[in-house]
Amino acid sequence: MLLRGSHVIAEAAVRAGCRFYFGYPITPQNELTEYMANALASLPDGVFIQSESELAAINMVIGVSMTGKRVMTSSSSPGISLKQEGISYLSGQELPAVIINTMRGGPGLGNIAPAQGDYLQATRGGGHGDYRTIVLAPGSGQELADITRMAFEYADRYRIPVIILGDGMMGQMMEPVEFPDPIDPKSLPPKPWVLDGAEGRPSRIIKSLILDTSAMEEHNWKLFRKYEAISREVPEMEQFLTDDAHLAVIAYGTASRIAKGAIKRVREMGLKVGLLRPKTLWPFPKRILLQMSRTISDFLVFEMSAGQMLEDVKLSLEGRGRIHFYGRPGGIISTPDEIAKVINNIYFKEGLERE
Amino acid sequence: MKKVFGRPKSMKDAVFHYCPGCGHSIIHRLIAEVIDELNIQGKVIGVPPAGCAVLAYDYFDIDMGEAPHGRGAAVATGLKRSLPDRIVFSYQGDGDIAAIGTAETIHAANRGERITTIFVNNGVYGMTGGQMAPTTIIGQISSTTPGGRNEDRDGVPIDLSEMLAIAKGSVYIERTAVDSPKNIVRTKKAITKAFKAQMAGLGFSLVEVLSPCPTNLKMTPVQASEWIGSTMTTYFPLKVIKDTAGKL
Ligand SMILES: Cc1ncc(C[n+]2csc(CCOP(=O)(O)OP(=O)(O)O)c2C)c(N)n1
Repeated sequence: MLLRGSHVIAEAAVRAGCRFYFGYPITPQNELTEYMANALASLPDGVFIQSESELAAINMVIGVSMTGKRVMTSSSSPGISLKQEGISYLSGQELPAVIINTMRGGPGLGNIAPAQGDYLQATRGGGHGDYRTIVLAPGSGQELADITRMAFEYADRYRIPVIILGDGMMGQMMEPVEFPDPIDPKSLPPKPWVLDGAEGRPSRIIKSLILDTSAMEEHNWKLFRKYEAISREVPEMEQFLTDDAHLAVIAYGTASRIAKGAIKRVREMGLKVGLLRPKTLWPFPKRILLQMSRTISDFLVFEMSAGQMLEDVKLSLEGRGRIHFYGRPGGIISTPDEIAKVINNIYFKEGLERE
Repeated sequence: MKKVFGRPKSMKDAVFHYCPGCGHSIIHRLIAEVIDELNIQGKVIGVPPAGCAVLAYDYFDIDMGEAPHGRGAAVATGLKRSLPDRIVFSYQGDGDIAAIGTAETIHAANRGERITTIFVNNGVYGMTGGQMAPTTIIGQISSTTPGGRNEDRDGVPIDLSEMLAIAKGSVYIERTAVDSPKNIVRTKKAITKAFKAQMAGLGFSLVEVLSPCPTNLKMTPVQASEWIGSTMTTYFPLKVIKDTAGKL
């Protein structure tokens, strides 16, 4: 099927058994909301509400998630900021949910151009409290479909909010996609913790308030252990032409596509350059990156921001390798030629052609 | 011997943490009695607020899911849309519903969400220590209105229930009080009707209950109840504000 990115996410969500969507209009992601409006209207068990705000939307998500059903909301940067309180509650209450952020230029109202300025917000929790969310970064139309399916699986498996970080370019691009078979929500395994009225069983509470500090500490450690398990089981990184590379560009999402174009150009000129593309931003694929530093001496972090993932790269490499950075914030989309020039400069400055 | 008074089935065997003379415990009990009488204990889901009633789930023996401060109507919307045959209610203070959560409440009412809201109006922010609430009356001293609420600076007490009555999706809205036995009986009747309106699938229902907060009013329990009748009801008259539900 040939679909634009935002429609791919929406269709993949419906096929993952998501029958509940709540959202508030914001460019550049309205196509996603509109697709869900259509798709859910045509399903007997579909519920779509255009909410009065992003705050309302994320709290409707909380309500549905408490009943155990698959549920999604989407927005773009300013709206995601409004959802952060709810995402913190979802985390404390250990509720699954899928949240799409089609990032745009910022801070503030910013603009509607593709950007990657919400990396730190997404990967450091984003709201208040000691928590993390799984953050996935698709790099192609096909991956939008696959990652959306995975997002629902992870959300249920770990009882955690999962964020998919994209941008307007991802949302607009048209690529052929093969979708996985649809899941009938009724076929999903029942969740033993849901609220549905306490008929025939003890009543249940879903809450995040824990006034006793020792119990709160224990809850935080429990979450921490979950995050440790996720950090072992979930990280994913695509490696492209890295086997013989002296330099690897590290980029995700739209930036990784630009970087790939640049790498193909410099490869034609004989430069040994590859790409490392994290598909999970949290957990960040640390170990793979550290391994790569055995054979690769130079890393160029390329982001559509003033440097956010750069922090994770530095933390992961633990002082190994030389780290370079190129980034343009504010919604500027660099061209592959531009990045090829940056690569070229670094390559010869560091004398990599002599290795 | 015949037992004539006991704990409602829908209440846990727990000791309330509420202050002496606080209306929350009476209102909790009334809701539990109504749940028992309608025989819906196994079908009801409650949404407690951030506020003095934040621990309501420790007292009600029913499924309950916590909402962030003010977002009860949105969380209840999600629950109800997912489980249309369950009975969903939110329990909210005046700050929760009429300040931070105004938008969620008005829009839930306007969509005619089949949910019931118990709106406990005690004229103050109880949990945070007695600051001005949207329903604090003119001249009332609070910790943030040391010289009394001033109309020019703070606005007048908000008539949220009347505003909600304008919404086409609301079907039953009544303002009651728990300051006297007679009014407590009326409050229970109102809560019963509000739940029945939801169970009949008619639309949004709400009971606003004027409730004493002696601690933050700095009054004795008796004085606080008297103040409701003598002063609070002049701003918030007890009445059926809207009833398109008919006889239920
Ligand atoms: C976002 C947010 N802001 C502020 C608070 C602090 N807070 C908790 S309860 C409350 C107000 C409680 O007053 P009310 O809703 O009138 O209920 P009462 O305690 O009087 O029953 C506030 C401001 C919070 N929990 N969350």
